[in-house]
Amino acid sequence: MWKWLHPYANPEVSYHLTNKLLPWFSYLAAIFLSIGLVWALLFAPADYQQGDSFRIFYVHVPAASLSMGIYVSMAIAAFSSLVWQVRLADASAAAMAPVGAAFTAIALITGSAWGKPMWGTWWIWDARLTSELILLFLYLGVIALHSAFEDKNLAGKAAGILTLVGVINIPIIKYSVEWWNTLHQGSTVSKLGKPSMSLDMLWPFIFCFIGFSLLVGVIICLRFRNEILARNSIRPWVRELVEQKTQ
Amino acid sequence: MQFTHFSDFISMGGYGFYVWLSFGATALLLTLLVIDSKAGHKRIINHIAQHKRREDKLRKSREQRKKAAKTDDSAAG
Repeated sequence: MWKWLHPYANPEVSYHLTNKLLPWFSYLAAIFLSIGLVWALLFAPADYQQGDSFRIFYVHVPAASLSMGIYVSMAIAAFSSLVWQVRLADASAAAMAPVGAAFTAIALITGSAWGKPMWGTWWIWDARLTSELILLFLYLGVIALHSAFEDKNLAGKAAGILTLVGVINIPIIKYSVEWWNTLHQGSTVSKLGKPSMSLDMLWPFIFCFIGFSLLVGVIICLRFRNEILARNSIRPWVRELVEQKTQ
Repeated sequence: MQFTHFSDFISMGGYGFYVWLSFGATALLLTLLVIDSKAGHKRIINHIAQHKRREDKLRKSREQRKKAAKTDDSAAG
């Protein structure tokens, strides 16, 4: 596996691979998101209790689970950078942090906008909401550390340590609705066995979820590309590329 | 189709404000992030190009100074 993986640890190869992947991710994200969102807004049935406010679910749940998923991938990248000194892992972690922060903010905003009509309040300091807010602060801390040092290796190390310490928050978010008595409802989709959701609602959700995941792929590719260039600015291949692009 | 009129679609059974706030905020944040990520590529390339120009200039002036020093030496000698 190491033999196969090794060429991808080369920044130049990764840069060109990312360029090749970008259009695929973009087209697929556009297709899945447009089908998913139209389905969610126009064709999915209204919830028998929550009415049309339930449509917020189709952005809230993908955003919330992606906010945790991106954090876990960022932690894996931080770990491989700290333990095996994979330079590119740092670049990918730096590329993921702003995307994760955006999705955490989306989960919080859409959650608030859903909570107001359903619970009667925009915000409450309960376990699920508070731990998700801490996730946002962790992301902001990681972003700040990545840009706090001129030396990118040092910055990656500091941000990586914060990332790994913050992993403790992920199971807390995930299980907060079971461990504590919270206002937030339990899981609808990812239950063991059958999801407790009708298929008319599950299908548009799946399309939205895949669409948002692909969009995450697009944005991470865009940012990863930028990180590679910034970290290899004195390499001849980057110089050549810059010359081509600025002519 | 769940809505018979366009106005029904906008009002979302009375939850219009909350639904459109959610979808709007999501679209806004993600659009800004995509624009920033795309602009970053150009920003970095321009930054590297600028850095390279400055380096070239420094190297050129250093070479010129060296040449000038040499001609001074030969004039003195």
